[in-house]
Formats: sequence, structure tokens, C-alpha cells
Amino acid sequence: MKYESVYIITDSLGRRGRVPRRMSIGLATILIVCVLWLAMTTLFGIVPSGRFPSPAETWSALVHVSGRGYGGGDLTLHVYNSLRLVVMGFLFAIATGVPLGLLMGWSRKAEAFINPIFLIIRPIPPLAWIPLAILWLGLGDAAKIMVIWFSAFVPSVINTFAGVRNIDRPVLEAAYMLGMPKFRFVTEVLVPGASPMIFTGLRLSLQASWTTLVAAELVGAFYGIGRVLNVAQQDLYPGMILVGMIAVAILGWGTTRVLGMAEARALRWNTAALAAKG
Amino acid sequence: MNRQISLLQSIGLGFLGLACFLGFWQGMSMSGLVSNIFLPSPLEVYDRFMTLLDRRFAGATLPGHLAASFQRFAYGFLLAAAIGIPLGLLMGWYQLLDEIVSPLFDALRFVAPIAWVPFAALWFGTGIGGPIMIIFAGAFPPCVINAYRGAKFVDPRLIEAANMLGTPSRRVIMEVLLPSSVPSIISGLRVSAGLGWQSLVGAELIVASAGVGYMMVQGQANIQTHTVMAGMVAIGLVGLALDTALRAFERFIQKRRGLEQ
Repeated sequence: MKYESVYIITDSLGRRGRVPRRMSIGLATILIVCVLWLAMTTLFGIVPSGRFPSPAETWSALVHVSGRGYGGGDLTLHVYNSLRLVVMGFLFAIATGVPLGLLMGWSRKAEAFINPIFLIIRPIPPLAWIPLAILWLGLGDAAKIMVIWFSAFVPSVINTFAGVRNIDRPVLEAAYMLGMPKFRFVTEVLVPGASPMIFTGLRLSLQASWTTLVAAELVGAFYGIGRVLNVAQQDLYPGMILVGMIAVAILGWGTTRVLGMAEARALRWNTAALAAKG
Repeated sequence: MNRQISLLQSIGLGFLGLACFLGFWQGMSMSGLVSNIFLPSPLEVYDRFMTLLDRRFAGATLPGHLAASFQRFAYGFLLAAAIGIPLGLLMGWYQLLDEIVSPLFDALRFVAPIAWVPFAALWFGTGIGGPIMIIFAGAFPPCVINAYRGAKFVDPRLIEAANMLGTPSRRVIMEVLLPSSVPSIISGLRVSAGLGWQSLVGAELIVASAGVGYMMVQGQANIQTHTVMAGMVAIGLVGLALDTALRAFERFIQKRRGLEQ
């Protein structure tokens, strides 16, 4: 019985079958790509190792950066620094962006006052703030937090704003009619009502944070994954470049997963409500 | 929601907001609290912008840098559209292709486009090839995703009708899938133009010898904050123009399809 429950899986359309087709094809593809990689670089040498590293070179680069260290520190230090900056910039952006979005969504006057400022700042891509941040704050942490804050701030404001505007009118009217105090109105009506959109905004913010951080570190930094990439590029060290890229991908994926888990927890009531509706 | 306000009030408040913002900025830089080198006033930035229009800085005038940037952008963006849209459509049509490509695509999606910079420089150099690859990396995913969605959510009745009449696959793709996914594809193009433009700026900050991003890095190296800010204004204006043009195109297509809400 136990084994059966592992192998027999019902897919979304209710078809039963051994190990779902999609997953096995996916795994096969990844396996084939790995074999191709090995064949192209190591076995036949079609791709020269100066252009793209072989699996062995990638592994030795990984050992290199985690043991002796590379670009000013070992892998743990670089990962810790990048992760710390993203988390700090991201939290700072949420702490400022969500309240501003709530205010703009709630009060038409605040919206009319703030929106034009947004309209002129928004078209400037976050990455374009990097040189200014370096001029103002140098190559240290502060400049990175500033640009991450900037790139994550805009999506959180816009989505929170949209979320508040999407709350069902009767809910708001009921709250007004019952004379709900302002503070409770914000914490019990506005924030929960807007939270599905807020989380959409946070996901966009998180992605933007990673892109911006990597760019900022590539332009100039003392530690961090971007720094590893930058030094590896100057040293013409393809193995290390690949290790850096994989690290960026894993960190991006991991933080997105954590946010997804937080979202599932925070929005449990909403999923339940949606399920109850049908 | 809070009380509605009249149009006049909203315009007035808008101007007040802008005036406060610019006034605060001008005041800060005039008061001497912040050194003028680090925070030039809005008027100085405007002046610098006008000067750069016909004075060379870092090898070219501002329009010259913009032209270099835009050329790269156009190549990268068109390449992304030319490969991404057919791939997305085919993935929407052939389930096997979808199942093969999706895991690779999902794995690569988490690599920030900017993280491709070292390989781009290694493979295609820092002239025009490298930056094009970065733009491609930024603009490609939305093209694929939207074409895929467009093809997946085509009204099944249309496909069933085509199948019943014995239309060959190739013609179903060209004459049913492609036309009915056009609105979704156009929205994807708008997103990908935005991301591509942003990736280009990033690429030019790191590896390039011309372009607006390069001009800004040179401005930063020479501690010319007003040049950096003028570059930001130029990037913002071009980005805005691109977005406006594609938005207008999107609306035009939707109107022709009678999809406008």
C-alpha cells in the first residue's frame, strides 16, 4: 500500500498513472542536457573550456571558492552578504512602500498629490540609479540598500494601491456604517483586503531586488555574488562564472519559495474563502 | 473609498505635489546643506541636459549615446521577439515540446538577466554583441510566456473546428493560433521592451564603450552628478516613449479585435 501511494499519482485532470508524464519528461530533458554538456566539453571538446566550463572545471571552481575563497572571501561570505543586502533592502522597501500604497489607495487626495511625482520617477529603471547611489554613498552596503530599496519600492506601492482599490465596495461601506475606528479599519479591512495584490507586488519586488543587487555588485563591490562574477569575468575564469550564476539562481529561487510560503500562510483565509465560493 | 474629489482639485493637488518635490530638491541644493557637487538643482540638471545635446561627453553627444544604446536595444529586442514568440506558440501547440522546454526555461528564469554579463562579455565581447545578449536575456522570457499563454488559451472551439475540417497542424498554427494570440503577444512585447531597456542600461553600466549607461558611468567616475542625472532623465524619457508607443499599439490591436473593455 505504501509503495502504491508513492507511484500512483492523480494529475490535475484526474487521470491516474505511474509517475506523471510531465515530470519524467522534464527529468529526462535535464539528464540529456547534462550528458550533452559533458559530451560537448569533456568527451569531444567541441566547446573550448575558455568559452564554457566542463562539469569538472565547474566543480573545481566551486571547491576553490568554498575552500580557499575567491574575490575577497569564501562562498559563504559572498552568499551571506548578497542575501543580507537583498533582505534588508527588500524589508525596508516593504516597510515604506506598503503603507504609502495603502494611503494612496485610501485617500484620493493623497493619490492626486503623490501620483505625479511617481509618474516622473517611475520610467527611470532601477538600474539607472546605480551610478547615482555610488556617487552619494560609495561602494559599500548603503548604496546597495538604496538601489534595492528603490527597485522594490515602486512595485510594492503600485500593487498595494491597486489592491486597496480592488476591495469590494460593500465591505468598505459596511465598515464605515458600523463606525469602525480608523486603526482597526486599516488593520482589519484595508490590509487583509489588499493582501493578495500586496503579495503579487512583493514577488515582483523580490525579483527586482535580486536583479538590482547583482547589477550593483557587478558595477562595484567588496563582497557578494556579483563581485565573484565580476572578478571571474576579469580573470577569464568560466568555471567561476558558472558557479556565480548558479548561486544567483538558487538564491533567487530560494527566497521566492520563502515568500511563497509566507503568502500561503498569510492568505490561508483567502484560499479557504475562494474554495467555499466554489 | 474615501470621499471623491473633483477634477480641478486633483489637478491642483498634482501640481502642488510636483511643486513640493521640485521645490524641496531645489531648496536642498541651494541651501548648501548638501554639497552642490552631489545634489545639483533641477535647473542645473536641465542645463546640463541641454548642453549635452550638442556637446560631446565620453566620446559622443547625448543623442549619439542614445542612438548607440537604441541600436543595441533594437537588435536584442527583435532577436528576442523573433525567437521567443515562435517558441512560445509551438510550446502552446505541441505538448511534448512544452514538456521538454519548460523545465529548462524555469531553471534559467531564476538567473537574473544581468548575471549573464560575464558570459556575454566572454562570448560576444563588449562592443555590440555582449550588450545584445543581455537585452535578449531580459526580453526573451516575457515573449515566450505570453505567446505560450496566448496559444494555450485560444478558444478550444476554434481549434476543434479547424481539426474537424482536417486542417494540417502548420495551418492551424499560422491561421488559428497566431492570429488569436496576437493580443497576448503584444502585451508580452510591451513587458519585454521594458525589461530589455532596463537590462541594456545595466549592461552598459558594466561593459560598454558607448551608450547612455556608459556616459553615466563616466559621469560618475568624474564626479559629475549633473551628467549622471541628465542620463537618468534621458533613459526615463526613452523608456516612457517606448512604453507609450507599444501601449498605443496594444490598444489599437484590442480595438480592432473588439476586445476593449
